[in-house]
Amino acid sequence: MDAPPASGAPRLPGLLGPSGWLALAAFAVVLFVVFPLCNLVAPPDSAFHISAYWVTLIGKIMCYAMVALAMDLIWGYTGILSLGHGLFFALGGYAFGMYLMRQIGADGQYRVNMPDFMVFLDWKEFPWHWWMSDQFWWCALLVVGVPGLLAFVFGYFAFRSRVKGVYFSIITQALTYAAMLLFFRNATGFGGNNGFTDFKRILGIPITTPEMRMALFAITGAALIGTLLLGRYIVTSKLGRVLTAIRDAESRVMFSGYNTLWYKQFIWTLSAVICGVAGALYVPQVGIINPSEMSPANSIEIAIWVAVGGRGTLIGAVLGAGLVNGAKSWFTVAFPEYWLFFLGLLFIAVTLFMPRGVVGTLQRLRSRRP
Amino acid sequence: MRVLPIALLLALALLVRPASALDTGAVQKLAFGDNDEQIAAVGALVAEGDEKAMALLQALADGELQVAGKRVLIVRGDAAVDALSGAKVEPLPEEHDDITVNNRLRRELGGALAALKLASPDHKVRLMAAKELAGGADDSMLPLVRKALPKETDPEIKSLLELIQATLELKSGDKELRLAAVRTLAQSNNPNTKTLLLPLLERDRDGRYAEPDEVVRAEAQKSLRAVEARLAWGERAAQGFTGLSLGSILLLAALGLAITYGLMGVINMAHGELIMIGAYATYVVQNLFRAHLPGLFDWYLACAVPVSFAAAGLVGIALERSVIRFLYGRPLETLLATWGISLFLIQAVRTIFGAQNVQVENPVWMSGGLEIASGVVLPYSRIVIIFFAACVVLLMWLMLTRTRLGLFVRAVTQNRPMANCVGVATPRVDMLAFGLGSGIAGLAGCALSQIGNVGPDLGQSYIVDSFMVVVLGGVGQLAGTVYAALGLGFANKLLEAWQGAVLAKIAVLVFIIVFIQKRPQGLFALKGRALES
Repeated sequence: MDAPPASGAPRLPGLLGPSGWLALAAFAVVLFVVFPLCNLVAPPDSAFHISAYWVTLIGKIMCYAMVALAMDLIWGYTGILSLGHGLFFALGGYAFGMYLMRQIGADGQYRVNMPDFMVFLDWKEFPWHWWMSDQFWWCALLVVGVPGLLAFVFGYFAFRSRVKGVYFSIITQALTYAAMLLFFRNATGFGGNNGFTDFKRILGIPITTPEMRMALFAITGAALIGTLLLGRYIVTSKLGRVLTAIRDAESRVMFSGYNTLWYKQFIWTLSAVICGVAGALYVPQVGIINPSEMSPANSIEIAIWVAVGGRGTLIGAVLGAGLVNGAKSWFTVAFPEYWLFFLGLLFIAVTLFMPRGVVGTLQRLRSRRP
Repeated sequence: MRVLPIALLLALALLVRPASALDTGAVQKLAFGDNDEQIAAVGALVAEGDEKAMALLQALADGELQVAGKRVLIVRGDAAVDALSGAKVEPLPEEHDDITVNNRLRRELGGALAALKLASPDHKVRLMAAKELAGGADDSMLPLVRKALPKETDPEIKSLLELIQATLELKSGDKELRLAAVRTLAQSNNPNTKTLLLPLLERDRDGRYAEPDEVVRAEAQKSLRAVEARLAWGERAAQGFTGLSLGSILLLAALGLAITYGLMGVINMAHGELIMIGAYATYVVQNLFRAHLPGLFDWYLACAVPVSFAAAGLVGIALERSVIRFLYGRPLETLLATWGISLFLIQAVRTIFGAQNVQVENPVWMSGGLEIASGVVLPYSRIVIIFFAACVVLLMWLMLTRTRLGLFVRAVTQNRPMANCVGVATPRVDMLAFGLGSGIAGLAGCALSQIGNVGPDLGQSYIVDSFMVVVLGGVGQLAGTVYAALGLGFANKLLEAWQGAVLAKIAVLVFIIVFIQKRPQGLFALKGRALES
């Protein structure tokens, strides 16, 4: 983990600088050593104990940070603002949620080997899209495949006809809105309003034990670090340069002989897949997934995480997701009435006064100093 | 010469007499005669056809008519009145006997009462009687209904009676009568006729038709088709109307956006909240009228319309001055900032008015509806909104094409630097145009408050729709917005009838997504050669 791997082109910057690797290593130590020790080993009354609440909260925020990274790749680096990333996140969550629902087995309220909502709707057999949903590997495939495929098809048509800018944002918003309406229907077969909840186990292991919680936490942390490195790898490669060029002057990139369609298509699909994985990690930790995750408001909030942290800086996206969601969980407990005021003002303030976000502003201050 | 007035008076008295007193002989026969005489008496009383006769027969049917010596009394509990004079009889005579009513008489009485009620001058009584008969009438009523039909003037009762007549005739053994009945049913507007005609064409288990005659069956088939066609027409008309209504609502919601987004290029995600502000302004005006001018409550809308325009317009101007003007030319940032504004406004309204929906009442003249066919009612509120939307479009068109401000707005839209060079104060025009768009959103809110819930989330449900309308119609085009709104309204309602509301909505959204990919400039794009705008 110490040595930076050789980067592709000679003049491109390395994956991370020395201080970057150091920070990452410290982060990894905190995630994989400090948290498990303080949560599982330290006795509940000691000063070092970290409660389950914090583990779940940080785990949740790390999922959000992955989404923010995906958003940063497509918005910060490629200049395409998606207002539909919540949809990919929820699709990943639903795909894995199906597996979790099947794992409940006959322990539901009705003691039947079927999810409660299906019994309630008097369904006798599983609908077609639940095919193989009791297989872990199949659902894991769906987690990646469904958001990826949807993004690929949608992106192909949108980018081919050069829908861009605000138009693209608005139609992605319409897409997630339509999907939300669809998932709200009971007949769609995903539990309607209530969605999926009341999970019992994963791979036969009970989901509520501290060890399981810690394992999910660690996997999420690893996924976040992996996503960060992957993102860093992409933006420091030649591909990343083309993406940035597309953001700044797409026509010129096209005139230089690049077919921008496939660059955009790649990063868009990848971004959706990352969201799907984040969603799949989010659902077992939070314990519920319902259609409100697809509401346009949720998707637009993702954009503000990235904007707060700083667009076009991957670490900014992680930081922004942490800051905004940390503030949210504090506000909604301390002053539930003022959270929306705060969030609204944050949107306005960031766009007006901090267009480069926290990280961008810090970088600027540092570079100004002699 | 004085004989004439007296004769007239006498004649009048004679004419009036049956209404005020009963035929003594008939009553006596009814009370003391044998069965045949009783039935004859019932017939005589029906022929008199007045209310007293009805009361008397009703009393007899209810077992309240009694005899005491030579007198005929109507006894209710301990009180009794003389059936003939109507005078109170106190105290109740020691000996009083029930009049026996055998089955034959009872049947006769039932018919007589129904006939009397059908002939009653009181509209309500007739309607009640007709409805009662429609619930279940037997053959004996047929002549009565036939007699009552030509005299009936009220269309509702008349159609009911026709239906009853046809229902009864359908059961008759006479083929001609059945045929006539089937034909009458074909003329009826009542949705129930279908259920009457359908059984005729059914087969029982042995494969025999319920209706033995070929000709009648064919006629029934024809009538059924006619009735179904008429019902379908009514349904289609209703559907067309709801489509028009939804289209006008979408149009109102999107018109303001057509200015702020379509003309000025500002992605205003707080547009829905401006609609909400208009609706809450209407609510406030309504409350003020209720508290201070209850007499003029029916006309509070006349005041609410300008107030909601001003409220939303001022909020819009404040937004433009404080936030949006710093973000011109950066659409994605504008989108985020205005989204923040919308969150702020929602929470502000929630803090001031509470999170629950508030009650906005329709004025009396807007409640109720226009019935164009049986079962097809067009609510007045919706009709008013359609006209309101048309007026707003007209005013906006006049404003944009006939006024100096409109000229400036168009100039700034088409070429900002050039407009600036020739002396147009572009910042001022921006401010006014944004205020105008916001004000129109307020008008939409005022209209929406009349047909839907008013709550802090009101705007959220319209924001996606209004953007869809503007994007579909083509940016920078008023006509495009109108066509897109009406088109979406109709499409939504048509699909809704076919696949249900949610799927219809989804289908429309997916259609727009596909459409934009085919024609990113919208339906009616301004022609231009710019590579990127």
